[in-house]
Amino acid sequence: MSLLGIFLMIFLVVHLGINLCLLRSDGGAWFNAAAHFMGTNYIVKVFEVILFGGFILHILIGTILQIQNWMSRPVRYKVTNKTYTPFLSKYMIYTGIIILIFLLIHFMNFYFIRLGWVSNPNITAEGEPDFYLIAQELFVQPAYSLLYIILIIILGFHLNHAFQSAWQTLGVNHPQYNGFIRWFGTIYAILIPLGFIFIPLYFLLIR
Amino acid sequence: MAELNAKVPSGPLSSKWSRYKDHQNLVNPNNKRKLDIIVVGTGLAGASAAASLGEMGFNVKIFCYQDSPRRAHSIAAQGGINAAKNYPNDGDSIYRLFYDTIKGGDYRAREANVYRLAEVSNAIIDQCVAQGVPFAREYGGSLENRSFGGAQVSRTFFARGQTGQQLLLGAYSALSRQIKLGTVKMFNRHEMMDVVIIDGKARGIIARDLITGKLERHFGHAVVIASGGYGNVFYLSTNAMGSNGSAIWQIFKKGAFFANPCFTQIHPTCIPVHGDYQSKLTLMSESLRNDGRIWVPKKKEDAEANRKGKLKANDIPEENRDYFLERRYPAFGNLVPRDVASRAAKERCDAGYGVGPTGLAVFLDFKESIGRLGKNVIEERYGNLFQMYEKIVDENPYENPMMIYPAVHYTMGGVWVDYELMSTVTGLFVAGEANFSDHGANRLGASALMQGLADGYFVLPYTLQNYLSGEIKVARISTDKTEFAETEKNVRQRLEKLMAIKGTKTVDHFHKELGKIMWENVGMGRTEARLKKAIELIRKLRAEFWKDVKIPGTPDELNVELEKANRVADFMEMGELIALDALDRKESCGGHFREEYQTEEGECLRNDQDYKYVAAWEYKSEGNFVLHKEPLVYEEIEVKQRVYK
Amino acid sequence: MKLILKIWRQKDAKSSGKFVTYNLDNISPNCSFLEMLDILNEQLISQDKDPVVFDHDCREGICGMCSLYINGRPHGPDDAVTACQLHMRKFRDGDTIIIEPWRAKPFPVIKDLMVDRTAFDKIIQEGGYISVNTGGAAEASSILVSKKNAELAMDAAACIGCGACVAACKNASAMLFVSAKVSQFALLPQGQLEAKERVKKMVKKMDELGFGNCTNTYACEAECPKLISRSNIARMNREFFCAKVS
Repeated sequence: MSLLGIFLMIFLVVHLGINLCLLRSDGGAWFNAAAHFMGTNYIVKVFEVILFGGFILHILIGTILQIQNWMSRPVRYKVTNKTYTPFLSKYMIYTGIIILIFLLIHFMNFYFIRLGWVSNPNITAEGEPDFYLIAQELFVQPAYSLLYIILIIILGFHLNHAFQSAWQTLGVNHPQYNGFIRWFGTIYAILIPLGFIFIPLYFLLIR
Repeated sequence: MAELNAKVPSGPLSSKWSRYKDHQNLVNPNNKRKLDIIVVGTGLAGASAAASLGEMGFNVKIFCYQDSPRRAHSIAAQGGINAAKNYPNDGDSIYRLFYDTIKGGDYRAREANVYRLAEVSNAIIDQCVAQGVPFAREYGGSLENRSFGGAQVSRTFFARGQTGQQLLLGAYSALSRQIKLGTVKMFNRHEMMDVVIIDGKARGIIARDLITGKLERHFGHAVVIASGGYGNVFYLSTNAMGSNGSAIWQIFKKGAFFANPCFTQIHPTCIPVHGDYQSKLTLMSESLRNDGRIWVPKKKEDAEANRKGKLKANDIPEENRDYFLERRYPAFGNLVPRDVASRAAKERCDAGYGVGPTGLAVFLDFKESIGRLGKNVIEERYGNLFQMYEKIVDENPYENPMMIYPAVHYTMGGVWVDYELMSTVTGLFVAGEANFSDHGANRLGASALMQGLADGYFVLPYTLQNYLSGEIKVARISTDKTEFAETEKNVRQRLEKLMAIKGTKTVDHFHKELGKIMWENVGMGRTEARLKKAIELIRKLRAEFWKDVKIPGTPDELNVELEKANRVADFMEMGELIALDALDRKESCGGHFREEYQTEEGECLRNDQDYKYVAAWEYKSEGNFVLHKEPLVYEEIEVKQRVYK
Repeated sequence: MKLILKIWRQKDAKSSGKFVTYNLDNISPNCSFLEMLDILNEQLISQDKDPVVFDHDCREGICGMCSLYINGRPHGPDDAVTACQLHMRKFRDGDTIIIEPWRAKPFPVIKDLMVDRTAFDKIIQEGGYISVNTGGAAEASSILVSKKNAELAMDAAACIGCGACVAACKNASAMLFVSAKVSQFALLPQGQLEAKERVKKMVKKMDELGFGNCTNTYACEAECPKLISRSNIARMNREFFCAKVS
């Protein structure tokens, strides 16, 4: 879980980098170029397979572990646990499921279009799907943007626990560095979602 | 009954044990597999014996009443374990440890046993370190020692304030390894009910599965009892709730002599009693006396005001404080041995100087040492104890002096055993606190852990083998044999008899009553009149118990009240023997203080002329015991008056 | 103090249980939690009712036998204590106190509040020891241990095996218990030779017994009466990875 999680967290940084291209006032030239590159480059294709594998394994293992965890307490307590724990740490499976739903919507809107599974009227001059226009069309709808923002915030919650938890699972725990790991994890879990959130806000409010 | 034979090997004291080992009989590995040993109790002595015997290749069955062998009450020992390593280079030696132990025990222990104890003490430390016991270390990585319980050398090894826990977990891990290897079979939540004797030899036990209530028969070529002490006869003690004397009382009834029952130790630094509902007393390590000063008010009116809650300890000025230990014992001050410190505290309280709501407490003050060393140092040394005190008493001991009072802690007396730790029943061995052997009339701090592990790791494996070498031709005896059936029947009848009483008062009621009688009359200061009164009261209470105790449920299920009733029934008889022994011993020594026999300064007045013996009692019938004497002969040391002034 | 107790009553392992409500009066705030239960039991016995069965022994917080889940927290509302060291002054007059047994698949209920924790013993039997026979030990001073490691090992070894970590964990994971033992030996030179085998065997046994997985919520650490640190879990993970890949 931890290794896959860290891998996915690195991917998120790349994803955000590409998304931020949307902010350039170039009619989507950079963004579409990046999308084109990601969609055609063979090395990226290989990584794509690894990435999907990573996602699927992360979800699969997470689900199996969760089922095991539920099974390890067949009779539940009457009083729910009142032990103080970091609030979000207990709800990873739920934030995870929400993120999975988000992922499916996301695929409907972007990835499946490239595969041609979902029809799409926005075509670039080169005859490829114009993802810039697609994104723009979605983000100018306040309802979609709001949903997107909420889901990204939940992703942030997931990441906040995920980051330090991953290192703990990998055995990286040292009084000298624990502070840094927690700090970095929190910063990461704030900055990455902020970056993603900024884009719909930009389309909604600034442009 | 013939003369008690301690079977002490001949030759000079320092070579007795090695001579014994050189000449003892051995059992070859093939035969070891065919020999079964039963061990009752999983404390330091039991667990270490079972593990060691399992390693040697014997078949071991071990029993404990708790849910896991790791819970035995050895776990609660805080202070440390002595050994004659002389790492600090302060002049310690095996002889000195031996001498201090004999002297500390007020010359009422068997010389050869104590010497052997001192001799194997070093090997215990080696063994425990190899097992991964995290003893305290110096910055250079070597083992740290501290001085403890009035010793003039630093010979105590410790693992914070949890030495007993760490040593027990060491023995438990060794035991666990043998359980995995199949040489030891563990029976947790089982209580030994009786010993089975066939043709004069111990051949097994009847145990009760505490969950199902079923009685089980277990065969062994030899039986080891390591069930701990009987301090709970006083109800309130520092023992665990389940600690009991039933195993030793049952074997006593089957012919094992009970030695020096009146030698019970009262520990000076316990948290005072706070109410009727109280179930046990909490000990705080004796090490507190290294930095704390014990005092009571000089003026009776101050003490009275404090008892009424009108005068706080801190408001009593320095000149009105009586540091009575420092006053009476200038050389040792607050570090006098346990019996001396306890008695002095009781004397002050009895004289009307006691403090706290009950008047049964004295102050233990850290103000001076906090001023001298700083709060940090005190916190580092005793932080966990201070925290524990605050949790229980709800008062901050850094700011207000602690209140302490003596409580029953350890029983030096126990089943009489010879040099081989065998009782007067052939094949029935007794180890650890359950036997009487090494502490005489008073046990020094950090010696109990040493004795438990010495018996289990380094004595029984030899002496049991010596005994079993004669048993190799005995095939495993079927538990269908009449003796097993007969013993089981007796146990069943006893349980049914208890259940049939259907009286009106709970077991705890009787236990508390017994405790009160014992504490008031057979506690720290004993007199002929009070002891006689105690015997009378105990007899009366016992009769009432057997008429009026109320036990719910049935014997064929998990029945905690029945377990307790069975133990209390034994305590009811044991209390009488303790009082009887105390009555018989017309002298004061160690933990046994007869008010009629004291010096002008109120110290113990020993009578070596008439009482330099081990009082070994034989059971005839209920309340009818016969005294046998094992004279104590000291070849190496000169018997002196114990002076701590 | 007046109290309303709701206690899990279950006749034996096979029966199904239920909560039963009891009213108690005149409880001193200085009374310990288990003494409060003693008082309840005295009353139940005098009313010809079955007393409540619960595990307890030393009553000074070291044997690890007491195991009560009190108002949603193992060992109750006070931090860093076992139930036997919990005092009634931590509650308010008129409080309702709900007492449940430890709940975990590997800790089946025996009766009422008493559970079977032999699973912990089984894990230790897999490798929670250093394989040294009696008498075969080297001179103690020949093994040097840095003060820092000795202290860390002692921190880990302080575990009393009560199972509060399992009881508190939403996954009923035994990671804190197992890692405390693994850590103690991993930190000491004596434990090195068997370290890899030890961690693999103990973890395997822990999984076999049906304990849940660690999801790093640290409820175990928060409830541990002996303040065993989560860093032990990280250390065990480290040991486990190293053992697996080498």
